[in-house]
Amino acid sequence: MAELLVWPVLIAYGEAAVAYAGELRGPGRYGRFGIWGVRIGWLAQTALLVVQALSADGFPWGTWAGALNLLSWLVVSAYLVWGCHPRYRLVGLGVMPVAAGLLVLSFAGGGTGVDKAAGDGWALAVHAGLMLAAFASFTLAAATALLYLYEDRRLSRRDTGLLRLRLPSLEGLERLSVRAALAGLALLSGGIVVGLAWLDVDGLDAAMSVTVAIWAFYGLALVLRREAGLQGRRLAWVLVAGAMLVAVVLPLTHFAS
Amino acid sequence: MRLALAGVSHHRAPLELRERVAVDIATAGALARELSSRQAGEHETVVLSTCNRTELYLAADDEESLAEHADRALLALAGPAAEALAPVAYRLADESAALHLFRVAAGLDSMVPGEGEILGQVRDAFEAGAPGPLLDRVFRMALHAGRRARVETAIGESPASIPAAAAALAQQVFDRLDGRRVVLVGAGRMSELTARNLRSRGANVTVVLNRTLERAESLATELGARAASLEELGASLADADVVVASTSAPGLILSADELAATVRARRGRPLLLVDLAVPRDVDPAFAAIDGCFVYDLDDLEGIVSASLAGRRSEAIEAERIVSEEAERFRAWQASLAVVPAIASLRARAEEIRAAELARMEARLGRLPESDRDAVDTVTTQIVNKLLHLPTVRMKEAAVTPDGVLYADVVRHLFGLGEESET
Repeated sequence: MAELLVWPVLIAYGEAAVAYAGELRGPGRYGRFGIWGVRIGWLAQTALLVVQALSADGFPWGTWAGALNLLSWLVVSAYLVWGCHPRYRLVGLGVMPVAAGLLVLSFAGGGTGVDKAAGDGWALAVHAGLMLAAFASFTLAAATALLYLYEDRRLSRRDTGLLRLRLPSLEGLERLSVRAALAGLALLSGGIVVGLAWLDVDGLDAAMSVTVAIWAFYGLALVLRREAGLQGRRLAWVLVAGAMLVAVVLPLTHFAS
Repeated sequence: MRLALAGVSHHRAPLELRERVAVDIATAGALARELSSRQAGEHETVVLSTCNRTELYLAADDEESLAEHADRALLALAGPAAEALAPVAYRLADESAALHLFRVAAGLDSMVPGEGEILGQVRDAFEAGAPGPLLDRVFRMALHAGRRARVETAIGESPASIPAAAAALAQQVFDRLDGRRVVLVGAGRMSELTARNLRSRGANVTVVLNRTLERAESLATELGARAASLEELGASLADADVVVASTSAPGLILSADELAATVRARRGRPLLLVDLAVPRDVDPAFAAIDGCFVYDLDDLEGIVSASLAGRRSEAIEAERIVSEEAERFRAWQASLAVVPAIASLRARAEEIRAAELARMEARLGRLPESDRDAVDTVTTQIVNKLLHLPTVRMKEAAVTPDGVLYADVVRHLFGLGEESET
C-alpha cells in the first residue's frame, strides 16, 4: 500500500518541476500547473507518511532512507507556505527537483515502505523530526538564494525580459532566505538539545561534529549579516554553500557511523 | 432591439479630426441625454470619448434608421469638420458593435494594448450616459470582458513607457517602494516623469540636484524634496536607493573613479542607477560593484519593447475572452426574439387555467377556502411544469439559426395571437 503511494508523488513532483521549467520559457502559462502538481504530490506523500506511521510500531523514519522521505516532505511543506503566491512559485524550480531527487533516493533505499520493527521512542522521533525540519529549512533557504543569484544576474545583465517573467524582488528573496535560515537554525538548536539531553551519546562522533559545525556555520553567517553587513550576492553564496555542506557531508558522516 | 455605433478613432482619424469631436465626460453625459430625449427619438445613448476615440452607441426597438441616426449625431458633433470626418468614421451594428465595445474595454483597440485607463473611461461613459435595457446589458458585459482580460491574462501588467519601466525595475530590486529614497540628478522632463511614477508607488524623492539651483528648487517643491547643487552628489549617493539622472551635461556626472568608494561603502546594499541622459550621465563601470544596477536609455527601451511584445502575445488570449463574451451577448440578444412568444404562451396558458377554474366555480365555491387555495396552487404548478421545458428549449433554440422558426411553430401550434376559443 505504502509503496503504491510513491508513484503518484513522484509523478506529481516531476510534473511540477517540468511545469516550472516551462514557466521560464512561457511566463504566466505553466506556473499554475506546477503548483497543482506540488499540492497533489504533497497530499499523496502525506498519505504515504500517515500509512507508514500507522503501520510501524515506533518512529518509522530512523533509517537514512526513511529520513530522506520525511526530509523531502518537509522541504515541500516549507515551500508550500510561500509557493502558493504567484511571484514565489518559481522558487519551486529549485525546490521540486531536490524534493523529487530525495524521494527517489529514499525509494531506492527502501525508505518509502513499512518497517514494523522501526522505533526507538519519542526522543528519537523529536530529535530526528527537528533535525530534518532544520535541513528542510536550509534547503529552502538555499533554493531561494539560488533564485536570488539568478535574478541578480538578470538585473546585472539588463535582461530585456526582466519584467515579463516577474520573479520576486531581490529584497523579497533575501528576506525569505534569511527567514528560512533563521528557522533552520532554531530547529537545529532544538534538535541538538533534544539529542544531547535524552539520547545515549558516547562522546563527540563525526556526525555530531559536523552537526555542530553546521550550526556554527549558519549562526556565524546570520551574525555577520547583522553585524558586518553580509548581504546580497555574498550572503546568497554562503547560504548555498551551507546547504551543500548539509547535503553532502552530513549524510556521509551520520549514516556511515 | 437594435444596436448601432458611429465613431472615429486613432486607427483612421488623425488628431486634428479626433479633437473636433472629443468631449469631456460631463458634455458626453449631456449629449447622451439629449439624444435619448423624446424629440430625438427616445434612443438609448452612451457617448464614449477618450484621447483615441469618440463613439456614439445608440439602441432602440427595431428601428431601421438607427445607424443613420447615430452617424448624423456624430457628424453634427464635428460641426464644420463633418465633411472631413465622414470618410474616416466607422459604423457598426448589433453583434459587430458589441464586439467592438468589448475590444475597446479590454484595451485591445488601444494604441498600447491593454492600457489601463480605458476600462475606467468606459465605465464613466456608461454611468454618465442614458442607457436602457440593451445598452445597460452590453456595457455591463463590456466591463466584465475588460476585467476578465486583465485578470486572466497579463496584458496590462508590463510597463509601456520608460518612466513606468524604471519604476517597475525599482520594484524588482526593492519590492515595496514605500519610504525608498530617490535622488534626482538633473531636473529634466524625463526625470520628473520618472520621479512622479516612483512617488505614485510610495517612494520619497529626497533631493533634486541640478547645476542651476532655481530649476531644481521649482521641481523639488512640486515633489516635496530638497534642492541642492551637484556638489552634494557624493553625500546623497551614500543613502540613496534609486538615482535618476538626466542632465544635459556633455560628459559623465557620476564617475566611477570619483564615486566608486562611496558606493562600495554600502556593502552590497542595492542601488539602482537609472540614466536617462544622452550623452550618458552614469559611468557604466558602476555595474561591476556588488548590489549596483545601472540602466541607460537603451536598456529601458529594450525592456519596454519586450514588454509591449509580451502584451501583444497576451492580446491573443484576451481576444479569445472577448469573443466568448461577444458570443454570450449574441445568445442573449437572440433570446430576445423568442421572449414575446414565450410571454404569449404563458399568458395563454394562464388564461385557460383561469377560465377553467371560473367554469367550475359553482362546484368549487362549496369547498372551504383552504381547499380552494390548494386547487389554485396545484393548477398553477401544473401549468408551470408543463411550460418549463418548452420555455427552456425555446431559449436554447433562440441562439441557433432556426430560433425564430421555433417561435413561429409555437405560435402556430398554440394559436397564439388568434382569437381565444375558450
